[in-house]
Amino acid sequence: MSKLFVSLDLSPSRAFAVWQRNLKVWSRLAIPSLLGNLADPLIYLLGLGLGLGALLPQVQGVTYISFLATGTVAFSTMNAATFEALYSGFARAHQQKTWEAIMNAPLSLDDVLIGEVLWAATKSLFSGAAILLVITVFGLASWQHALMALPLVLLTGLCFAGIGFIATSLAPGYDFFMYWFTLFISPMAMLCGVFFPLEQLPSFVQGAALVLPLGHAIGAIRPLLLHGELAGVWLHVLVLLAYALSGVAIARVLMRRRLLR
Amino acid sequence: MPLIVENLHKAYGDHEVVRGVSFTLQPGECFALLGPNGAGKTTTLRCVLGHTEPSAGRIELCGLPVPERAREARTRVGVVPQNDSLDPDFTVTENLLVFARYFGIPADVAKARVPELLAFAGLEAKADAKVPTLSGGMKRRLTMARALVANPDLLIMDEPTTGLDPQARHLIWDRLKGLIAQGKTVLLTTHFMDEAERLAHRIAILDRGQIIAIGTPRDVIAAHIEPQVVEVFGDWNGHAGGAAAWAETHAAALSSRFEVSGETAFCYVQDADPLLAHLAGQGGLRYLHRPANLEDVFLKLTGREMRDE
Repeated sequence: MSKLFVSLDLSPSRAFAVWQRNLKVWSRLAIPSLLGNLADPLIYLLGLGLGLGALLPQVQGVTYISFLATGTVAFSTMNAATFEALYSGFARAHQQKTWEAIMNAPLSLDDVLIGEVLWAATKSLFSGAAILLVITVFGLASWQHALMALPLVLLTGLCFAGIGFIATSLAPGYDFFMYWFTLFISPMAMLCGVFFPLEQLPSFVQGAALVLPLGHAIGAIRPLLLHGELAGVWLHVLVLLAYALSGVAIARVLMRRRLLR
Repeated sequence: MPLIVENLHKAYGDHEVVRGVSFTLQPGECFALLGPNGAGKTTTLRCVLGHTEPSAGRIELCGLPVPERAREARTRVGVVPQNDSLDPDFTVTENLLVFARYFGIPADVAKARVPELLAFAGLEAKADAKVPTLSGGMKRRLTMARALVANPDLLIMDEPTTGLDPQARHLIWDRLKGLIAQGKTVLLTTHFMDEAERLAHRIAILDRGQIIAIGTPRDVIAAHIEPQVVEVFGDWNGHAGGAAAWAETHAAALSSRFEVSGETAFCYVQDADPLLAHLAGQGGLRYLHRPANLEDVFLKLTGREMRDE
């Protein structure tokens, strides 16, 4: 266990080379990848938004589809970052030995991990931005507010990429990630107000949204998109940032123990 | 010096995998670390590259202390790992270009270097092929080319020919000999004795975490074993037990040392003539007379029992 808590050994240009590697792989599959990322939220949005929305009066003063759409931005960003950190991250860190090869070059584990986290956040930004575009085209939010939401989307991606790599550093195989989704990601979708307002839940469950990162992502993004409201955004930003940083810090220790022993 | 390892120790819990290993590589030399599975070869390499922290000892890689300045030292080292770690998402050329970026080599410089690297690997015709379409030998050659992308002073190869067929292995040896002839310093691990004998200027035999023999292949053979070996096998005039039974009765008198392994008796001798004359008169027995090699030394020093990690 000695020297687990070594100081950060980061070379930004080397970490950027890792980010570039992943961008290069993604760029040739960009269109199908983006369409895939869009299809799922759009199905929810149209199916639930129009179908269920027709049955509902206004939700929190807006149409149901607007309410749902603004939650979907955070939800899809979370999913995109999580999938990249878990499945693609696992392939590169363990299965296809990409990290091992890279660390034979003059890169540290910190360079690789941070390059990967930034990449997963970037990929989720692409996905979140695609949904923002659709929402704007549908007239569910103004383009100014959509543009202002981009940094919050990136931060949401960073948060879930950071904590996602904890799972990747612990996973013995891909099957492990099922736990991450069923125990963490899916419950969060229900507890954090993606599909319905938190007030619908029993009060003792409502507190969960105050702790869970998706609650803060939605808390930051939804009021901005619906009303251009940024009051209280700083608390959400700080919590998301804290999650991102502690995720990276923990993943770093776990990865070091697994790969550099 | 390209590499100095001094009194290296590495323990995992109570289990000490490397127990006081010391060796120094001279510039331009090819040095082979030999050893059975679990002898500590790969752990030694991981320490050398700064991928794991030694429990004790001193390492200097390309003049820099490791692990403290391992990252910097690795800019001057090319590594061919044991596992295939090529990027399956990229073509042959892209693998080289992307790897060059990790060394901070500008894109145009890297591009200009690609034809030379492809020629070295004999992969000119495969420049745009995806990695999964390559054969095992091609992948290993590409991995070697990738290790050379930053024109390193020292090349470290972990079991470079394990799992390859003889044709592919000879091709790797040819490339490696070319590099050695150019004056590159090479550190390789292998458990193929013929590979070490063919390529290395000096070898070290590692067993249970310690170097038990070190020197030129010729010196190590001369120091540890008789110069001639006669392997005796087959039936012996209808005696039950065949060559093993023959060895029980005659081998001690006719050789300096002998060992029976399975159905074969290995007789180590200074002068083979008396033994060969005797064998000529024994019906049924067959034999093979050859000079002693590193494998004999290796088996003598590390024993014949199986090592399963």
